[in-house]
Amino acid sequence: MSAKGGTAIRLVGCAKTFTNGTRALERTALELKGGEIIVFLGPSGCGKTTLLRVIAGLESPDPGGRIFFDDEDVTELPIERRNVGMVFQSYALFPNMNVEENIAYGLKVHGATPQHRAKRVEEMLQMMQIGELRLRRVTELSGGQRQRVALARAIAAQPRVLLLDEPLTALDALLRERLRIEIDVLLHSLGITAAYVTHDQGEAMAIGDRIAVINRGTIVQTGTPREIYYHPASSFVADFVGTMNRVNGTLRDGSLELPGGRIPWTQGGTGAVQALFRPNDARIVTEAEAQLRGVVEQQFFLGDRTRLHVSGIADGLVVVETSEHREFRVGQSVGLRIEPGALLNLRD
Amino acid sequence: MRNTENYKLLIMVTPAIAVGVAFFLLPLARLALVGAVGPSGLSAYVEVLTNPNYFSALVSTIVLSVAVTVTTLVIAGIAGVFLERNRFFGRETLISMLTLPLAFPGVVVGFMVIMLGGRTGLVGELSSFLGLGRVVFAYSLIGLFTGYIYFSIPRVILTIMAAAEKLDPALEEAARSLGASPWHVVRDVILPALRSALIASGAICFATSMGAFGTAFTLATDIKVLPIVIYTEFTLMANISTAAALSIVLGIITWAALAACRAFAGATAAAAG
Repeated sequence: MSAKGGTAIRLVGCAKTFTNGTRALERTALELKGGEIIVFLGPSGCGKTTLLRVIAGLESPDPGGRIFFDDEDVTELPIERRNVGMVFQSYALFPNMNVEENIAYGLKVHGATPQHRAKRVEEMLQMMQIGELRLRRVTELSGGQRQRVALARAIAAQPRVLLLDEPLTALDALLRERLRIEIDVLLHSLGITAAYVTHDQGEAMAIGDRIAVINRGTIVQTGTPREIYYHPASSFVADFVGTMNRVNGTLRDGSLELPGGRIPWTQGGTGAVQALFRPNDARIVTEAEAQLRGVVEQQFFLGDRTRLHVSGIADGLVVVETSEHREFRVGQSVGLRIEPGALLNLRD
Repeated sequence: MRNTENYKLLIMVTPAIAVGVAFFLLPLARLALVGAVGPSGLSAYVEVLTNPNYFSALVSTIVLSVAVTVTTLVIAGIAGVFLERNRFFGRETLISMLTLPLAFPGVVVGFMVIMLGGRTGLVGELSSFLGLGRVVFAYSLIGLFTGYIYFSIPRVILTIMAAAEKLDPALEEAARSLGASPWHVVRDVILPALRSALIASGAICFATSMGAFGTAFTLATDIKVLPIVIYTEFTLMANISTAAALSIVLGIITWAALAACRAFAGATAAAAG
């Protein structure tokens, strides 16, 4: 399996209205470079799966929408002629076939020779480390094993594009974490263009070269995970991707004045303003260095970090996360510093 | 502890055993015995298979039943999947109409076949109007076949619809994404998923056709099916031992067919019995 260029995908004016009148997807334009991995992230019912199915060819876009794979217009091609690989949340393995037969199915219907089929199945079994399962019935497999078989089946016939619809949602947390890393490594080593649908922002951050955040049928922002996290374009994105603190304060003389103190403000403006910051952007510092002072109301030990709910900083509670090893007491007063660059001011 | 359990269990199955013995085993044993102690003794059973009349009745009953089963599975299989997949105006009414034949005795079904393909039937009127001569098929094998199909379809269609409802649409989408044509999808996804339902309902369809009496009796066809032969031997010829032997043979063949189906389908089609 060589890392080839990968197929570029281009969507032009693709909207989707279902026959019952539901508008699942507004007019959407999207470009994917060959080999790029994009994650469609959004709440349930936002249209992310519809977008994936339009690319797959399981749904046709409303008139006017076009879909291109490289320079080929595939809009009118049904899914079976688009040469895409798909992975489903429900695995969708064929229950009447064993693991080997499932993996070989795409090659079989494409008319591959038995020798080529056997060779490819062998490669897939090795790649997904499921060689010992080859003759098992799929009903005898665990969730993680099933999703490995489903991945192997999807890529065995070397599709131009790989489409994954919430592939990890049905798995438990530990397995999800492990398979997520495997999928990430796999996709990058294949160099295949892939679209990955999830509602889990952690998954999106870990897997995507680029994330498209979708809300109510519209892509509201695309960007690298870092861009999405640190520079959300709207308060919807800010709230959906990670935890965000919102504080109401007043701008005066280049500072943001909050009930718990004042912090430097470099973005201009005057009067009342709402500022946003991530829990890990507020550092806990000594009394002398503190810009803001508050009282610990609750603490949650999360293993790799501690989350504190602090009162007195703003009108409501502020969430602060620290990876320091020390323990906090409820009622203890803490001092905080927030760098000016970490403060966001979203107008919508 | 275990003994108490067994004791309770025995008490609970006693009614079933009593009914089974009184209404199933005893009559069956009596029937088998009657077949063996007639004037010709055990050879009554041999005669059933060697007498050309009986044997041809046996063969035509089996051929008819197999043909009816296969045709019904094809028609009802396609219709059942279609009805499960599509929502359209009048769907519920259509489904309830399709199940209507379940309520009709065989006599009524035979009567309907006569009205369709009899000497003054609809098809005959139409064909003579078109100058094609008067087509009459009610009293031939085709008439029997039509009637049997009519009452077999509802038995199959409901089972198929229930099975089609459980079909995961993602399976078909997965097959198509791998390049499967619609025909591949039918062969590799839909048929395997419906396999148990097809075998179970097919077995019931076959058994019903083997034993159907009313329709054949009403049509009084030139084709002799086994239940009619049994009736004739028993009531008209008073040839009780032959009638009994024929009944036992009919039962054994149908039972063997059902057992083979069950073995073929595995435990999943246990309902077939």
